[in-house]
Amino acid sequence: MTENVTKKFLYVNRKAPYGTIYALESLEVVLIGAAFEQDVSMAFIDDGVYQLKKDQSTDGIGMKNFSPTYNALGDYDVHKIYVDKESLDERGLTADDLMNLVYEDEDDDYAEKSSISIVTREELAQLMEQQDVVLSF
Amino acid sequence: MPSIEVNGKTIETDEEGYLVNLNDWVEEAAQVLAAQDGLELTENHWEVIRFLREYYDEYQIAPAVRVLTKAIGKKLGKEKGNSKYLYELFPYGPAKQACRFAGLPKPTGCV
Repeated sequence: MTENVTKKFLYVNRKAPYGTIYALESLEVVLIGAAFEQDVSMAFIDDGVYQLKKDQSTDGIGMKNFSPTYNALGDYDVHKIYVDKESLDERGLTADDLMNLVYEDEDDDYAEKSSISIVTREELAQLMEQQDVVLSF
Repeated sequence: MPSIEVNGKTIETDEEGYLVNLNDWVEEAAQVLAAQDGLELTENHWEVIRFLREYYDEYQIAPAVRVLTKAIGKKLGKEKGNSKYLYELFPYGPAKQACRFAGLPKPTGCV
């Protein structure tokens, strides 16, 4: 590339995984954006934190379970995943209730590291400030 | 609906040749789809096709070509984890064409 055209994208996820199409659409857009080698972060706020809840089953609703796809984010170099602590607290969830999303750090001999950071609303606000593009789902 | 004939059975495809129902896939389907593109599948092709099916099983998506290339390199060795090798096997695009042979949907983000 002759010039730097990488932008900072933040995808904000606020909705439960099923019942609307937002969560799946967001995930697909993130994977597409990452394929174009952009600087991608994801934030999970409000009911959006349920998207990362581990051990989900969609048997009862007859929909494809796309939870496993979040595990592919590391392969797509999406490893900045921010989860709002207050939203977890409000729902009686902790970091232990979330999927263990990891990536391999190329700069650290491919060590496996966690992609998830639990952050406060203040930290989220700062994060949003730093972005070129914020997309809300 | 377009379709292909495999072992005397009709399998539905979409207008781009991807299988409509993933469960319809059998190994012979890959051979029929490859023959349509004028390709004969070798063990090198099968390695990639099998890899894609395992990836889909695990993550429920077909990987983008960059991800595929990296993962193949890790699994099958550096000499295979590059786009030159993969494009030689699948001239219409390793992700796009190999996914079609593997009975998977078109990779997310492919146009």
